[in-house]
Amino acid sequence: MSLLIYAESENGKLKKMAYEVASYASSIASNMNAEVTAVTINAEDVESLGQYGVGKVLNVKNESLKAFNEESYVDVISKAANEVNAEIIVLSQSANAKYLAPALSVELEAGYASNVVALPETENGFQVKRNVFTNKAFGMADITTDKKIIGLSNNAFGLHENSKTPEVVDFSPEIKGSGIEVKSVDKNTDKVSIADAEVVVSAGRGLKGPENWGMIEELADVLGAATACSKPVSDMGWRPHGEHVGQTGKPVASNLYIAIGISGAIQHLAGINASKTKVVINTDEEAPFFKAADYGIVGDAFEVVPQLIEKLKEFKAANA
Amino acid sequence: MKILVCISHVPDTTSKINFTDNDTAFDKNGVQFVINPNDEFGLTRAMWFKEKQGASVDIVTVGEKDVEPTMRKCLAIGAEKAIRVDAKPVDAFQVAKEIADVAKNGEYDLIIAGRESIDYNGGMVPGMLARLIGAHFINTCVSLEIEGDAATAVREIDGGKETLSCKLPLVIGGQKGLVEEKDLRIPNMRGIMMARKKPLDVKQPVTEVTKVEFKSFSKPAPKGDVKLVDAENIDELINLLHNEAKAI
Repeated sequence: MSLLIYAESENGKLKKMAYEVASYASSIASNMNAEVTAVTINAEDVESLGQYGVGKVLNVKNESLKAFNEESYVDVISKAANEVNAEIIVLSQSANAKYLAPALSVELEAGYASNVVALPETENGFQVKRNVFTNKAFGMADITTDKKIIGLSNNAFGLHENSKTPEVVDFSPEIKGSGIEVKSVDKNTDKVSIADAEVVVSAGRGLKGPENWGMIEELADVLGAATACSKPVSDMGWRPHGEHVGQTGKPVASNLYIAIGISGAIQHLAGINASKTKVVINTDEEAPFFKAADYGIVGDAFEVVPQLIEKLKEFKAANA
Repeated sequence: MKILVCISHVPDTTSKINFTDNDTAFDKNGVQFVINPNDEFGLTRAMWFKEKQGASVDIVTVGEKDVEPTMRKCLAIGAEKAIRVDAKPVDAFQVAKEIADVAKNGEYDLIIAGRESIDYNGGMVPGMLARLIGAHFINTCVSLEIEGDAATAVREIDGGKETLSCKLPLVIGGQKGLVEEKDLRIPNMRGIMMARKKPLDVKQPVTEVTKVEFKSFSKPAPKGDVKLVDAENIDELINLLHNEAKAI
């Protein structure tokens, strides 16, 4: 029995979700007396995956794979899966992992369950719990094929140490060229993305206009957070679409989600429901968000947020 | 250019989600169904290609007869022909297989699907479909231009965007950005009248193979009450976030 994870990296650095996927796979493996192999692409410090139970690393170094490309990456990962006869393949739910997993499932003739939030239950088939209806419900999905692909929701399982010293093997499969060319990448490298963020600071119409976002960005800065917004705000062009979170925007599964001047439409609440701790700041105590939040302040964002920034700075200085 | 738009028939975003048959099936009772929002952005972009570049636009849905009103709405918006594969959708692979058969028979140059449906959120059909028919695939697509047989697309990535180019045939997983919310079209009376006469072909399924099947559903446990903190007492909020929630 063999498991493969795709351990994602960016600019050589393994992502937190790579360690989370490793933790999840090694939890499955320890119940099945199986080994976890990780495939890495142009990553450094791949031995660190051993801390989370990875026993072997197929280490791919290839200049032509520097930019992410669905076709070539599917090629590499499917060859890695065949190399170790993987029966279970685990990936994250990053934009890139979601992009390549469906093609990988066709290539490997594997059943694929996405948005998975818990370990498989194997008493009756191979059932994984996953989010459905944009976090409004869960479904138990039974994967009936011999090979199985699991897309683990970000931040759903957490990190679990299980220290091993992995065997690192150079892996250089022959890669077919891709017909898709990456022309340019436009990425804000000094800001954390919503998918990677531990903390997300989000604001809505209560801010009254795009010119008032300075304090939101400052608050995000203090917390090392990503900024996000509600649907009306992106539809009005106050903020870019990439910041829209909710049912038709991006899902959020951060540790802390702070909603400022967002009333909490059902579609918004669904999209952010997987976040662990939710804080709402709103003048309207009747706003639906107060029913979904863990902590709330009834108050004017223009008074509360600057205070919060000052107090957080003091807190950070004292706990540095 | 021949375009096929894949349409999912989904509960409206404001729907309350409940389950029936011992929590094994979605309860459709009292639920309003709509065109999947991600698909609707794609359909609207397809209308642009029709009007500006003379493309033809067909739509396809895999589903039983109850999906037809949603398909008629797409015809009223401007699609020319609808194809319904008469099968109960069970998993993404089965749906992708059915659409692949429609796509091969119709020799489409461009297939536009939504990045995911807002019901089961699988996000799998477009990528599987592309692989099954040997087309290129671009997911989370927020901009698409076609010149001859060359496509230029912008894809949303974590924390930014990426511009890609490739040759047709191409499958995209689309979302908002392909067109804006304000560009979405509400069918007018003339469109609705014309839609009644447009062909809605019913096709028999070609596969029964499924790989993943839902066994049961559940809803999240109800949440406890919110803890209110006084607006004058921000220290208390920081204390709670640090010591109780362990979130900072």
